[in-house]
Amino acid sequence: MGKARRKLRTRAVAAISAVSALGLVVGCGSSDSGGTGGGKKDGKVTITMGLFGVMGFKETGLLDKYMKEHPNVVIKADVAGDEQTYYTALQTHLAAGSGLKDIQGIEIGRAKELSDTQKDKFVDLAGVAGTDHFLPWKQSQVTTADKKVIGLGTDIGPMAVCYRKDLFKQAGLPTDRDEVAKLWEGDWSKYVDAGKEFKQKSKDDKVAFMDSSSGLFNAMIYGNSQQFYDKDGELIYATNPVVKDAWKLASEAATSDLTAKLRQFQPGWDPGLANSTFASTVCPAWMLAHISEKAGPENKGKWDVAKAPKGANWGGAFLGVMEKSPVKKEAQDLVAWLTAPEQQAYLFKEIGNFPSSQTALGMPEVVDAKSDYFSGAPIGKIFSAAAQEIPDEQVLGRKDGTIKDIFSQGLTLIEAQNKSPNEAWKTTDKRIEKAAG
Amino acid sequence: MEDHGQAHREGRRLTSGPLAHLRSSPASHARPQVGRRAPALPVTLQEGRLPVAISTSTPPDGAPDAAPPAGSGSGAERQRRSTLLHRLDVRGAPYAFIAPFFVVFAAFSFYPLVYTSWISLHRVELSTLNLMEWVGFDNYTALWDDDRFWNALLNTFTIGVLSTVPQLLMALGLAHLLNYQLRGSTFFRVAALTPYATSVGAAALVFTMLFERDFGMINWMLSLVGIDNIDFENNKWAAQTAISTIVIWRWTGYNALLYLAAMQAIPRDRYEAAAIDGASRWQQFLKVTIPGIRSTIVFTIVLSTIGATQLFGEPLIFGQGPNGITGGADNQYQTLGLLLYEEGWKNYQMGRAATVAWAMFLLLIVLFVVQRVVKRVLARRA
Repeated sequence: MGKARRKLRTRAVAAISAVSALGLVVGCGSSDSGGTGGGKKDGKVTITMGLFGVMGFKETGLLDKYMKEHPNVVIKADVAGDEQTYYTALQTHLAAGSGLKDIQGIEIGRAKELSDTQKDKFVDLAGVAGTDHFLPWKQSQVTTADKKVIGLGTDIGPMAVCYRKDLFKQAGLPTDRDEVAKLWEGDWSKYVDAGKEFKQKSKDDKVAFMDSSSGLFNAMIYGNSQQFYDKDGELIYATNPVVKDAWKLASEAATSDLTAKLRQFQPGWDPGLANSTFASTVCPAWMLAHISEKAGPENKGKWDVAKAPKGANWGGAFLGVMEKSPVKKEAQDLVAWLTAPEQQAYLFKEIGNFPSSQTALGMPEVVDAKSDYFSGAPIGKIFSAAAQEIPDEQVLGRKDGTIKDIFSQGLTLIEAQNKSPNEAWKTTDKRIEKAAG
Repeated sequence: MEDHGQAHREGRRLTSGPLAHLRSSPASHARPQVGRRAPALPVTLQEGRLPVAISTSTPPDGAPDAAPPAGSGSGAERQRRSTLLHRLDVRGAPYAFIAPFFVVFAAFSFYPLVYTSWISLHRVELSTLNLMEWVGFDNYTALWDDDRFWNALLNTFTIGVLSTVPQLLMALGLAHLLNYQLRGSTFFRVAALTPYATSVGAAALVFTMLFERDFGMINWMLSLVGIDNIDFENNKWAAQTAISTIVIWRWTGYNALLYLAAMQAIPRDRYEAAAIDGASRWQQFLKVTIPGIRSTIVFTIVLSTIGATQLFGEPLIFGQGPNGITGGADNQYQTLGLLLYEEGWKNYQMGRAATVAWAMFLLLIVLFVVQRVVKRVLARRA
């Protein structure tokens, strides 16, 4: 009796272990086979969203507002903190055809790659009603060669120069934002000249004129219609005079010891803001929130914003709808609503994401916006003007983001590792070849 | 309807196949088979088994050599089935028990290993994994010609030495101290293990802040003795030392406990004998303790070597952001693990990343073989 039971138990255990082992293997293959998580059930529509960073939709309660206005809609948003992680996951999901959401966020650095290689997986949003309010260059960034639009614009990052009035003053530079803007009007090299003057006259040699040379480099590149790639998708960074000039000026700033040798958004930069180790930084609109948070209340009113020599854009994002989604229509409506002028203006007011909608730029919330932290600077006007200056056509490339990082590292070689600009350029060239070739 | 019929037919064919085979294999055949297949079994077990086999397989009507007709009786049928199940149980159960490990191993280790080698022969990008362009061994020759690979290999080696050697020496000393009769020895032992229980992320993050250039604590302490701020991240040896520090901090306690366990297994009388012979404490340590824990030392060396080869998290977090991925602006602390990550998750070139992975794997095999050869040579000489 006992024996029989034991035998039964062994058999059962064997069976269970075999089945569970099989289940493990099968489980990997069959879970989540192709759905996007969204769907319609009992008159309720569920829409899923994959977002990254602080796009603001969830954080400011816009999604809740939409659900309140549309009681039959349930929105589930998944927000990944880091865009790099988000994009890696998105790529694997696209390749595998599973794990996608109904709506996916697209960062500008990935826009070209996605519209080149994955356009079939996105819904064409060209014909969606009421979406002709964007800045002309914004939607061109996600329009494919055959005029398909894979996303609708959310925010943009027009650039200005943020500076410390108190530090400028002790070095004998003007402090009024209009006079400061005049210092470098029309030419970035005048910004570097101002830096040289600052360095000469500054009483505190622990304070650098700018945080990093790569910020300057980025600003010079991002204001142009052609950057690292030409329209045919060929790499032209090595011959493009824009890149050459930016490299030359940035490496001049680096070798003249004008920078604090920091890397933006990396360790050292935040304490640098808090402890005032640099007097200016080239800042896209979305950086203001970061500066005011990290520099802290004790530096309130010391910062100000001046117009940059030339309009440029750093960053921005889009929302795309997946072709696979069972609720394409509803997802399109949601995307159109989230990117509509009113919502963009609201997001700008709440968290400082700058609108990509031309209409929103004309709305009083934006035009009259002033920043208390930055000495009451009319940030709405300053950044709008920068946004209008950007050429209508923006030629993006597949590896823009990676190339930007490699150039930043190349400048670090000069700045912090005492390599000659020539040597650093050669290294950079070789690395881009590896990364994008 | 037709589908149904098809399934039915299929089902019948399926059951008739193996069943027919079983029916035609009579019990008399099975008996010698059992004996033949189990020669390795101890005699007692074999004897214990045979009667069971006979008793369950002999049909009740006493016709041992003839296969009864299919419909002769449900009792015989049931018994035959139970024989079958019993044999399946005895033969199959062990395999079923070890199956989970091997199935998981196959799914999560062997298959990826094979697939990685297949990928490494292609040009593949992460976003278009379905488009694979055959390039043969181009990835391997390109890696061989790539300065970054040799740089990463050298960095892996130097960081490995910088972290492993002090770590094991300190662990040895720590274990020796813990081996004394101490008040609250359990506390010290647990304390020694705490860093090991900390996550790489947390440890690396805190150390990165300590080693920060402008406002880091280490530079602050150095400034007290008149040393100017060191840019740890941008200086090759400073960066490698800083990363090694993280590794040392995390693993010393763990190795110390391994040594301690081995030390406690050394018989007391050896020390007494050494003391009688007039050996000093130091001599006892060198001549009794070290030889006594030799195999543990070898074990920790092997373990640390594997760990050093795969060093990844510490430098990645130490560099932060783009610099973490490339191991510094000048790749000054890029390890092989980071190079793999850069190829895969910055350049999105899965083929090249797979090649680095295989190079690392082969490297470990070479290291292992060298270690065996050295050991054999040493053993022969001894």
